[in-house]
Amino acid sequence: MKFVAEIDIMPHKELLDPQGKTVVKNMPNVDIHGVLDARIGKHITMTLEAGSEEAARAIVQDACRKLLANLIMETYTFSLHPVQA
Amino acid sequence: MKFGVVVFPGSNCDDDMMYVLGEVMGQEVVKIWHKDYSLDHFDVGDCIILPGGFSYGDYLRAGAIARFAHIMPAVMDFARSGGYVWGICNGFQILCEAGLLPGVLLRNSNQQFICKNTWLRVETTQSPITASLMPGQVLRIPIAHAEGRYHADEATLQTLADNDQILFKYCTPDGQLSDEANPNGAAMHIAGICNSTRNVFGMMPHPERASEEALGNTDGRGLFESLLACVAHEATV
Repeated sequence: MKFVAEIDIMPHKELLDPQGKTVVKNMPNVDIHGVLDARIGKHITMTLEAGSEEAARAIVQDACRKLLANLIMETYTFSLHPVQA
Repeated sequence: MKFGVVVFPGSNCDDDMMYVLGEVMGQEVVKIWHKDYSLDHFDVGDCIILPGGFSYGDYLRAGAIARFAHIMPAVMDFARSGGYVWGICNGFQILCEAGLLPGVLLRNSNQQFICKNTWLRVETTQSPITASLMPGQVLRIPIAHAEGRYHADEATLQTLADNDQILFKYCTPDGQLSDEANPNGAAMHIAGICNSTRNVFGMMPHPERASEEALGNTDGRGLFESLLACVAHEATV
């Protein structure tokens, strides 16, 4: 079975996110007002093959923990969707 | 003593390091390709260097892909067996990603790539690369990075301080700590650390760019000289 994982990786809430800060600071320059905060992370779309949804979930967990996210500075969440053949 | 400089795709300080170790310091030094699997031709007492650069284009996170390069299991075994491993800039990032050193290097707090001279205060002489220096000595050594803001949780920072594992802190030219003298916003002003067994070192500044009279700065040489003296001393004990 094929699955698509939609993975979001975000910097820990307590960490300064200079990218997000810079974006918020520059919003008024393009006439956008009222934005109080922005935090910037990564979105990863991953297609995988596994025997079951449970097995697919385990693969995505493993990928997030070993490579895609560094848990010292980031958190990850994901959703999994079966792909119709 | 022999040195090995690991070359990853995107390393760009490997030749500088080869030149300083070979030509300036007069040491035996060889390049190690990232696709090699073995460090069998190195002994404890030798030193593997992970140089600066942008390994794998800094894709995903700086050091995240290089950490899984073919040579890395051998580097990790070498470190665990007591061999010296020294990561500079991108090399420091790789060592943190590999778990050979605690913590991570985050994007600089000012969101800029910073390339300039910094002043470093020697925090401990209890390491091979600082043993010949003076405690509190101030060195002028350049940095060149976008992700150099050292971060670790409170418990880890406390452990680093308690175990005397902080090698260098960013400081003013007269050795004072201040936010202005901390170029990237690093926790506790940390510029370099070692592991608990004191054979793995990581630092963001580039001593290999400050080791020659012709460059107008030889403050970095002290680190290489210190390591060589330390290893020579151990060989005679």
